[in-house]
Amino acid sequence: MATTRRTVDVELSTTGLDAHGRPQRVPLVTDESGNVTTLDAPTGIEPDLAGEHMLINIGPQHPATHGVLRLVLELDGETVVRCIPHIGYLHCGFEKSGEYRQYNQIIPYTDREDYLNSPGNNVAFALGAERLFGIEITERCKVLRVIAGELSRIMSHLVWAGTTCIDIGAFTPFLWMFYQREAIYKLMEDWVGARLTTSVTRVGGMAADIPDGWVDQLKHFVRTFPKTMSEVDRVVTRNGIWVGRTIGLGVMTADEAVNYGLSGPMVRASGVAYDVRKDFPYLDYETYDFDVPVGTNGDVYDRYLVRMEEMRQSVRILEQAIQRLPDGPVNIDDHRVILPPKSRATSDMESMIHHFKQVMEGPRPPIGEVYLPVESPKGEKGYYMVSDGTSKPVRWRIRPPSFVNLSAIPKMVEGHLLSDVIAINASIDIVMGEIDR
Amino acid sequence: MGLSPRPEVRDVAHGGEPWMTTRLDFLVNWARANSLWPMPFGTACCAIEFMATAANKYDLARFGMERMSFSPRQADVLICAGRVPFKLAPVLRRIWQQMPQPKWAISMGACASSGNGIFDNYAVVQGIDTVIPVDVYVPGCPPRPEGLIYGIMLLQKKIMNERSSDPTLRREMEPDPKSQLYIPPQAIDEMSENFGNSVHQTRSSL
Amino acid sequence: MTSPTAGAGGGGAFSPVVAGSASSETAPPQTPRDVPRSGGAANPSAEALRQKFGSAIQRVDVVWGDTNVYVDRNRVGEIVRWLHDDPSQRYDFLADVTAVEFRDPEMPIEVIWHLRSLPYRRFLRLKVLLEKSQPLAVSSVWPIYKSADWLERECYDMFGIAFEGHPDLRRLLMWEGYKEGFPLRKDFPMRGRFSRSEQLRQALAANPEARYSMHELSIAQAFEDLPDEMRRRLNKGEKVGE
Repeated sequence: MATTRRTVDVELSTTGLDAHGRPQRVPLVTDESGNVTTLDAPTGIEPDLAGEHMLINIGPQHPATHGVLRLVLELDGETVVRCIPHIGYLHCGFEKSGEYRQYNQIIPYTDREDYLNSPGNNVAFALGAERLFGIEITERCKVLRVIAGELSRIMSHLVWAGTTCIDIGAFTPFLWMFYQREAIYKLMEDWVGARLTTSVTRVGGMAADIPDGWVDQLKHFVRTFPKTMSEVDRVVTRNGIWVGRTIGLGVMTADEAVNYGLSGPMVRASGVAYDVRKDFPYLDYETYDFDVPVGTNGDVYDRYLVRMEEMRQSVRILEQAIQRLPDGPVNIDDHRVILPPKSRATSDMESMIHHFKQVMEGPRPPIGEVYLPVESPKGEKGYYMVSDGTSKPVRWRIRPPSFVNLSAIPKMVEGHLLSDVIAINASIDIVMGEIDR
Repeated sequence: MGLSPRPEVRDVAHGGEPWMTTRLDFLVNWARANSLWPMPFGTACCAIEFMATAANKYDLARFGMERMSFSPRQADVLICAGRVPFKLAPVLRRIWQQMPQPKWAISMGACASSGNGIFDNYAVVQGIDTVIPVDVYVPGCPPRPEGLIYGIMLLQKKIMNERSSDPTLRREMEPDPKSQLYIPPQAIDEMSENFGNSVHQTRSSL
Repeated sequence: MTSPTAGAGGGGAFSPVVAGSASSETAPPQTPRDVPRSGGAANPSAEALRQKFGSAIQRVDVVWGDTNVYVDRNRVGEIVRWLHDDPSQRYDFLADVTAVEFRDPEMPIEVIWHLRSLPYRRFLRLKVLLEKSQPLAVSSVWPIYKSADWLERECYDMFGIAFEGHPDLRRLLMWEGYKEGFPLRKDFPMRGRFSRSEQLRQALAANPEARYSMHELSIAQAFEDLPDEMRRRLNKGEKVGE
């Protein structure tokens, strides 16, 4: 076999060369006064006397990066000196596509960006769109959305817990979590027909009302789910290996966490009690009785505890929502915004015209803009929509919590070992669909 | 292979081939089909449904996919689950090239198979068959686990019908060295076209 | 409202940082109802900004309950710094940095900052109008909020707006060397400027193993392995990003 030479084509991005003709390093750190300095000798880590630092590339195809994330690590032996994440490997032009779609047509996009939290995203989008349209939804719809949002929080945390356990080495909890996820899939499938990408809301209401017997199924789930939680607790929470691998890792103090824009369990584990449901409420969350878990140290173990506790609190909210689910219509009565019932659309002239207008052109909100954040399992999620009076938004911006949370990874990972990088990455709960959109 | 001189390829399966070759084919194909080690190239939502298919309710291990091989060097079938943007296309190509023969590819989901109508934009590859050769397409957004299992069973049937005397099998793709495309550009443009006249459906409004 | 978890640290007084700690309202926040499209109570920071910065605050609107403040593009850095540092404002959380281009080509591009004050539980939207006839540039708020790092990079990638003072303004979502332009501009067609086969060709042209930025290569000291042509281009001092 003949040997071949291979020319490496390199993407260039540099500030130029220094006096010795070597490429200048782009500075990544600042000193106290906020001036940018170069990272010549990283704090607290002496360069390896034996040689240079190593460049290790993790991803984009890798089992433990939770999607197509690429981490380039500069290693001094096993210790990470610097981490440069590369994203964009799942950038699919969501925001651009949204500018060419009617508001109800954007709802399937919201499913697919943070695909672990599909019903939650649908709810977030519908709330923002309804504020933009200036309509108030019915009481039944509000409670159903709370149910959808909390089920979706549980779904997302189940995947998070399962995959984090796999990353750190425990395979069995993954199977337990996915079994519970199948129960939620069954619920969503009975409701709207889809397991994962649900599109459960519409602007002005829901895709469908819950079928008969659904509430009993939900009650059964709420009764049996805590058993799985306690099983996982027994196996993982006080496990020596788990605690040893997660304590003290990736610490973010409260000030740093807020400054880096972290939200959700990340910022709560660092000791900042910021939950959008409590501080900027929506869907009458102030009338539900639930607690917000807050961690003390801001390390991976605290994030794990916060998320496990959040699942229990979500069950609590679900129980209350089931109690208070009122009868009545799910969709609002205004058929300029939401489709009329099919029986009326085929018999009544006015409904038929509404139906036609909405399917062909779509409902048109007044000129304006809105940003309504909700508490997604990853953090503060909001859709910023700008309307110019037509049926398609001028700008549809997704504020992705995992994107901002992931941007803090270079800070969290510095000084840790290579295997800790995987654990820290897992603790951020990233979903590349949301990060890259 | 076989005890007689190399036979010509016939249309009819088993027709004109020595008995030993057909038995050997059967054995080899049966072994390959029932021990496919998947390489889950999971990007988006389909990856979650793939994980659910591999989990306890719709177990994939009973199909021989006990071990998910995340290293392409040890994998048989590349299951591309999820949408593939252009930035990821060279990575997919490289992973495919790193897999040793015999290898197959399953394109799972509408996004991998055709770009999915909702992602017909500047960033998404309109079907991974423009990047790598695909054996089975599994439609759905995301496909149900039963759908993926059906796709895997189709692949198993395809493998069982392979014949060692077929020279068209096990050929490594040779991309054009200048453009890196392995099928002509006109074919790529045709495959990426919209279906029907979907381009004009928004004419009633902005 | 908050329950500290039984963390493995324990011991000693731990007090969480509670949102709304500086707020003077005693009742917990409520879900807003019947929010008017315009008018309504403005965020008190808008008035404080007017008093402090005077003419740099061009306009204040209240749209669907959110306060929009239009500011002079040259004084954004100062204004944001004041909003962050002043004890009566304390906007410590930068939720988002983004931009909007309208369908009417005459209208300017708006750059938008979503600021949140956790101690006071307030939300403010700052806007700057950039005329398209001038170069799209605005100062970066990275020295104040570290979350602006990637948010501004993405805004640059999608719109071409340069954030002055950002340490590393490169493309983030598209690959470096992406030639079609800035995707979220309105003159950028949805399917891109090139044909599908051309887009694929450009995407496949780069060796995936070679996608390292120069500062990453400087770590690996692979500069010598670069082809001559690349080294010559580097000698001339290539710009960062596009």
